[in-house]
Amino acid sequence: MTDLSDRQKLGYIASQAADARLNVELETEGMTLNIGPQHPATHGTLRIICRLDGEQVVWAEPSCGYMHRGYEKLTEVRTFPQVTTLVNRIDWLGSFANEVPFILAAEKLMEIEAPPRAQVIRTILFELSRIANVSLFLGDLGVQMGAITPVFIAFRDREYVLNLIESATGGRFHPNFDRIGGLKDDLPAGWIDETRQVMVKLREFCDIIEDLLFGNEIFQSRTRGIGIIPADIAKDYGLSGANLRASGVDYDLRRDQEIAMAWDKADFKVWTHPDGDSFARCWVRLQETRESCKIVEQLLDQIPAGPVMTKVPRIIKVPEGEAWVATENPLGVMGYYVVSKGDLGPFRVKIRTPSFNNISIVPWALKGVYVPDIITILASLYFILGDIDR
Amino acid sequence: MGLVANGRMPASLTKLFNISRSYSLWVYQWGLACCAIEMGAAFGSPRYDVMRLGVIPLPASPRQADFVCVSGTVTDKMAPAVKRLWEQMPEPKYAISMGSCANCGGPYWDSYSVTKGVDQIIPIDVYVPGCPPRPEALLEGIVLLQQRIKNEDMAAKWRGEDYTSLQATNSERNAAKVAASFDADVESAEQQSSSSDPIVVGGGPVE
Repeated sequence: MTDLSDRQKLGYIASQAADARLNVELETEGMTLNIGPQHPATHGTLRIICRLDGEQVVWAEPSCGYMHRGYEKLTEVRTFPQVTTLVNRIDWLGSFANEVPFILAAEKLMEIEAPPRAQVIRTILFELSRIANVSLFLGDLGVQMGAITPVFIAFRDREYVLNLIESATGGRFHPNFDRIGGLKDDLPAGWIDETRQVMVKLREFCDIIEDLLFGNEIFQSRTRGIGIIPADIAKDYGLSGANLRASGVDYDLRRDQEIAMAWDKADFKVWTHPDGDSFARCWVRLQETRESCKIVEQLLDQIPAGPVMTKVPRIIKVPEGEAWVATENPLGVMGYYVVSKGDLGPFRVKIRTPSFNNISIVPWALKGVYVPDIITILASLYFILGDIDR
Repeated sequence: MGLVANGRMPASLTKLFNISRSYSLWVYQWGLACCAIEMGAAFGSPRYDVMRLGVIPLPASPRQADFVCVSGTVTDKMAPAVKRLWEQMPEPKYAISMGSCANCGGPYWDSYSVTKGVDQIIPIDVYVPGCPPRPEALLEGIVLLQQRIKNEDMAAKWRGEDYTSLQATNSERNAAKVAASFDADVESAEQQSSSSDPIVVGGGPVE
């Protein structure tokens, strides 16, 4: 074979390869890949069963229920003030935001409204819990793609927010601060100035994350154009929050509904992104954190004087009726449908949590993607297991 | 090993082993619910840097871990997985139960789907109460676990016994000597051996 020309050599190799193809059937083999129930990328205990063809997913299904704690049944044996203790723990990263819709639903049934001061403080704490939630998402995003540094920065700066929540409410994680008719306490002295300083730090945090992560070439190549969810599909699956806005749908309950909160006093922008890919979802959340800082800073100047609690009876009995209240929580639209029969506790509570709908798109979004992209798509969809399974 | 063939080991060697073991603990993070975030704050954040205690929070699998930190609500659906991963861990292994849910069910004490305490499934060495506990509380739990490891009689573990502290073994031996010579009772030894009970951070009974 030494005296053959290059052209002849190539021809020889090609004929050998053709023989090999005839002899061996070059087929990919199907395989089932089980992710979870304990996996760092699932933020808890979600199990995803993927059927692979080579490196591509042909079928994927999330299997939830590993964190099912029976909230809807437990609320039936609790009194109304006790329910807030439970619902705190649904979305454990932004706990205060879980209490607000339930309390608003109970107030709607009792036909009372919190005083203006309580409404503004509620909104501030709501946005702080949104920052606490999304800042951890921004840090965790790097870990999913092999970058460790952002999570240290996120935990460092998240502590400032948790300190604020703790000094105002007494609870670092689960404040349990909301009461039917107002708030448990007023803000402590010096809290407002401290919050202003923290907001400056959080803006710096957003800038750092944007430089470190969103400007990173690896991050962009792993998220841009991957996991695209068009607007109509997103609407069909009932997505909400940043996942929906990243698909170009301009929908935010903070702006779009009349509710006894103070968002109408603040001037903020609802960010959308036309692409609908993983990058867009992360980017929208980053911008939302900045908007939350803006809302908090504006509302700090507008806290009215007055009481933080209206007059409510010592033993709260909610009159008979049904009420539905939904708010724009850190993860999306969260709502409570409360049915009361005039007792101390609710007769039935239906909890609409955003993550449950957000992961219902996983079988659609994971179809045809490559295995490394599973993790980035799941990370960008951003769910919390307590929020899925309840 | 000639040293442990008869189930005994020199005390000085035991102490050396125990100090080495207690300062190179690889923890498997079993984050389940809210407490997982506080555990992440304790293990992964710069403020509560856990590596200064000699704890390495990043083993890739339970097969490389020395102790497991079960943090969060264990549901009946999750319980078989907890048990299975515990069985995959090599001996000697320890467990920390973090948070009220893992200790006893916590706020879900009357829920139909929650396991009321992970100690029904795996043996727990240290309980950290709280809902969720602060990261400082978890760090204290780890320090207490290190003290427990330092005081452990490894030979007893190799013989297949439950946790036995060095003090208990020594006082048992002394008591046996005393009983042989003076025919006295061994009540004092029994009181000493109660240190094999699990530890609760901040004191209080185990529920």
